[in-house]
Amino acid sequence: MRLVSNNIGQEMIETINEFTTVFHQMHVNAGAKMVSFAGYDMPVSYPLGVKKEHIHTREKAGLFDVSHMGQVKLIGANAKKALESLVPVDIIDLPLMKQRYALFTNNNGGVLDDLMVTNIGNDSLLLVVNAGCKQADFAHLQNSIGNECEVKVLVDYALLALQGPQAGEVLAALAPESREMTFMTAKTLIVDGIECLVTRSGYSGEDGFEISVHNNQAQQLAQCFLAYEAVEWIGLGARDSLRLEAGLSLYGHELDAEHTPVESSLVWALSKTRRSDGIRAGGYPGADVIMDQIVNGVPQKIVGLQPQGRAPVRDGVMIVDEQDNNVGKVTSGGFGPTTGKPIVMARIHSELSSGTKKLFAIVRDKKIVVEVVKLPFVKQNYYRG
Amino acid sequence: MTIKYSEDHEWVELTADDLVTVGITEFAQEQLGDLVFIELPEVGDEISLGDNICVIESVKAASDLIAPVSGEVVEVNERLNDEPELASEDPTGEGWFVKIKLSDASELDDLMDEAAYQEFSEE
Repeated sequence: MRLVSNNIGQEMIETINEFTTVFHQMHVNAGAKMVSFAGYDMPVSYPLGVKKEHIHTREKAGLFDVSHMGQVKLIGANAKKALESLVPVDIIDLPLMKQRYALFTNNNGGVLDDLMVTNIGNDSLLLVVNAGCKQADFAHLQNSIGNECEVKVLVDYALLALQGPQAGEVLAALAPESREMTFMTAKTLIVDGIECLVTRSGYSGEDGFEISVHNNQAQQLAQCFLAYEAVEWIGLGARDSLRLEAGLSLYGHELDAEHTPVESSLVWALSKTRRSDGIRAGGYPGADVIMDQIVNGVPQKIVGLQPQGRAPVRDGVMIVDEQDNNVGKVTSGGFGPTTGKPIVMARIHSELSSGTKKLFAIVRDKKIVVEVVKLPFVKQNYYRG
Repeated sequence: MTIKYSEDHEWVELTADDLVTVGITEFAQEQLGDLVFIELPEVGDEISLGDNICVIESVKAASDLIAPVSGEVVEVNERLNDEPELASEDPTGEGWFVKIKLSDASELDDLMDEAAYQEFSEE
């Protein structure tokens, strides 16, 4: 048995002085298999294993340490307007304690990172950005809008995600007012005496929460959740298979600086107010390119593919048509523990996205039939009230 | 009954004069995590020591089974096609991979015995 490739490893960044999160010792004590991820020593799986962790999250509740992600506050009367100059998303009209998905774009319309933005009141926004992009994001914010608002990186804060159909019950038992929260809203909650900023959101396709908490009380909070029978630690391996089944993009895979949000099938994330006929059209990097593409279309887009048979079709695999023309590439591929089948997201020629032509994935020199399917692979299960 | 081990974490059990059964060890199984797909060789394939003879895919990783001996594949565990998890759950029993008719029985001498393998896999 010799390891050929490892999906998690592709994101590895070799560092000697590796960072750890405040939960590191808890992961080690829980028997986690630790890997290097975006400069952090992180749990890829626990003794339960990726498959069972995945299924546990779909059936009960999973606790994820996502403290490696970047948390940054923008503070000041101009913060909303300033952030709008960097994203193709309506931030000015983002209501109090509401959360929205956004994207930092470059001058060509390419995506620098994707992020979550919450209006937390007092002229402040809380941003959560990807671990692998966070230093660049902080610099981007400081350089671009640092004169218009305060850019405050929350270095002392941890981030937990509690995800799954029983996440709501668990949090409600600890903080009953969380029941009022619906998908993509935020609330300050006191859990076991600990103040947390909670959003009803996540990256698993399930109902759940992301919880920002000061490092000093983070372990106590995690213990609080883990005391529930329904709650298990879940590692980055299952986090990836959960998001893939839910059809959610991952930066560096479906999203990158070379492709615009339109080319990554994220037109839904581009606010109407910022499009060419909107009241605040354009005004962000690459707006001309992106607004033109919304109207005139793009040569390639991201689609879901269902391979025939059991063989996983991994990242980077070529997609060809019946004449063996190269028509695309797998951006994320793996095995869906819930679907019990291999699942794939790929960037393919737009005219093939309707699924009328026969397509194949080339795996170890063999052609595997793949069918264009609607995303997500597993129905999203958000709590909308 | 003689069981030997390769440095690639495979077990090789000599069941007759020139016949061995091959699978992955408990250690290998733990390293791989949940197996979701196994591609087996064809019965009749002539294989040489060091060849990649099977593809083993877990939820997150792809690995190869490396031939620990040379010979002819005389039987494959067809159950692994539909139940790759057998190799996770019972790697040294129901989850065996292939049976090989040895072309050079002396290759077995280069494999480790259990004590040597224990020491090797703890490194």
